[in-house]
Amino acid sequence: MPTDLWAWLSLAGLGLFHGLNPAMGWLFAVALGLQEQRLSAVLAALPPIVLGHTAAIALTALLIAFLGVALPTPILLSLAGALLLVFAAWRIWRRFRHPRTRFRATKYQLALWSFLMANAHGAGLMIAPFLIPLLHGPDAALEHSGHTAHAELFSRSVELALLAVLVHSVALYLTMITVAVIVYRELGLELLRRAWINVDLIWITVLGLTGALTLLLGLRGLI
Amino acid sequence: MAVWRPDPTFYPSPRMAMKAPPEKLAYVVRLNPNNNGQPDAMCVVDVDPTSSTYSKIVGVTEMPYTGGELHHFGWNACSSMLCPNAPHPHIERRYLVVPDIRSSHITILDTKDNPTQPQVVKVIDPEELHERAYYSRPHTVHCGPDGIYISALGTPDGEGPGGIFILDHDTFEVLGRWEIDRGDQYLHYDFWWHLGYDTMITSEWGTPRMVEHGVLGEELLAGKYGHRIHLWDLHRRRRLQALEMGSEHQMVLELRPAHDPTKAYGFVNSVVSLKDLSSAIWLWYRHNGEWKIQKVIEIPAEPAEEDQLPDILKPFKAVPPLVTDIDLSVDDRFLYVSCWGTGELRQYDVSNPFEPKLTSVLQIGGIVRRAGHPAVSGPLNGGPQMVEVSRDGRRVYFTNSLYLPWDAQFYPDGIRGWMVKVDVNPEGGMQFDPNFFIDFGDQRAHQIRLQGGDASSDSYCYP
Repeated sequence: MPTDLWAWLSLAGLGLFHGLNPAMGWLFAVALGLQEQRLSAVLAALPPIVLGHTAAIALTALLIAFLGVALPTPILLSLAGALLLVFAAWRIWRRFRHPRTRFRATKYQLALWSFLMANAHGAGLMIAPFLIPLLHGPDAALEHSGHTAHAELFSRSVELALLAVLVHSVALYLTMITVAVIVYRELGLELLRRAWINVDLIWITVLGLTGALTLLLGLRGLI
Repeated sequence: MAVWRPDPTFYPSPRMAMKAPPEKLAYVVRLNPNNNGQPDAMCVVDVDPTSSTYSKIVGVTEMPYTGGELHHFGWNACSSMLCPNAPHPHIERRYLVVPDIRSSHITILDTKDNPTQPQVVKVIDPEELHERAYYSRPHTVHCGPDGIYISALGTPDGEGPGGIFILDHDTFEVLGRWEIDRGDQYLHYDFWWHLGYDTMITSEWGTPRMVEHGVLGEELLAGKYGHRIHLWDLHRRRRLQALEMGSEHQMVLELRPAHDPTKAYGFVNSVVSLKDLSSAIWLWYRHNGEWKIQKVIEIPAEPAEEDQLPDILKPFKAVPPLVTDIDLSVDDRFLYVSCWGTGELRQYDVSNPFEPKLTSVLQIGGIVRRAGHPAVSGPLNGGPQMVEVSRDGRRVYFTNSLYLPWDAQFYPDGIRGWMVKVDVNPEGGMQFDPNFFIDFGDQRAHQIRLQGGDASSDSYCYP
């Protein structure tokens, strides 16, 4: 399953990419640790942040799983591609303000903030092009007919979607905890001044490129 | 518009900001007291000792309107942009936001393309402020993690309540009132925050009616000017608690919270005690989840002959210190105190904030003292007022005018405007820079901001 493996790796890679972005949460965890001057505060902040992010990704993944049962791959890909392009264009056109929360956020506020942050950055949308081929891969695309088969296909889709979310989130969590602990214990925040590059610009570029590519793939399937 | 890395003047922590390179330019507002149709201006001062134009005004940008009075101002963005809960690290520190305390205009100056000749890029008319926030007489500016916060002394009709409004930090539009629930807060002056505790602090002076025609003696003696500070939930925009100093202590002005976000304390000055004309510095602090306040410094009035005093002070036969500005160094170690009445700049070691130690005193100007400066001959008037400390804590700059209607009461012969610089010993102690004295002539100078940030402009989310 070379295609599948590639898709799974991409999902994990996106987890790494999202996890590295300081605005996605590791920096928040480090700040709370520094404020309370204990590593356990860093570690305690990460699960709610990862959960919030996971919820945002799961929302998109489940939506794709539902649509995936009804729509053929090329149409789904074209839709996802178009949506990604529209989102990227909107992010360029509209002035963007990050969601915010209080500094001493509770676990619930951290999770909510992370959920909004991931959505506002189109994190869920970004995994769509990798999820679609999985759902409609060689295993899932067997000819089915009848109501029972339809239900089976559906539950298989949901299962795969949730597995994809899990892979993404594990990669995200591992990245965040590694970066947060290293920065908290070893590097310090001086690196922010140099290393906090404008990730938003990269995200918009990535969103736009994946959008265009996905749309092309979808359209090719339609013709 | 979009930059690739955070603005180099943003520092995650005060500790890192202390290592910032020395400032090369200072921005100082120049106000025209002559009521002759000449506008106020932003002056740019060369503060680079290696430059041939050191201690000279190297640029002037006039305001595009007249009849106002410039007072305080601030940067559009600062180190708080790095806060993790509302990150905006790729906004540039380039605009000065300059409110007018009399006419209520707010002028936006761009310092990026030509730092010595700031360009006016926008003027917010008083009407926009009135309509969107129903506030007037804008005063203090602070760059918040999520927008530009500005305080206002009152409403367009000259009464209260005064409060805070928010300016969008991209479009400079007035977004509206900040307060959701203000309790019985009515008077306003300064504000700042403890970002690490989601807490806003505000202070009390008087409504526009109470300050624009000088000190109102009757209301002062009746204890009607401010004597409290207020603590607010910064995120929920609700007042949590008011701390009372007693109505004997009149006018509570400059708020200087610790820069270290893990520390929950700060200093504020009360200008005059009705009992003995003394000034005081107070410490607010958090103890077991509750905020408290206590007096930590008291500066007494100095006896004087009646004929040496302006009318307002003759009955008291004393010069009040009139502490009207204080500033805390970025490492939270030294507190600078301006005694505008007696003509002293004091430096206290506040390493233990509960027990400040006086480490140095410089004398210049003063209602009676009229002390001079090594760079000029003869007596000087006005006194230390707006004081600003460099990020590394090695240099202190100050000017000598308070506020036109009040200048006239305490220095009736007219203030000659000046700005001076003080060199600071890292372990305490200060001396005048004998090569730095800027004469503003018949114009006056008020707040100073340093290029790249200073001790009263930036706030931090990391210790």
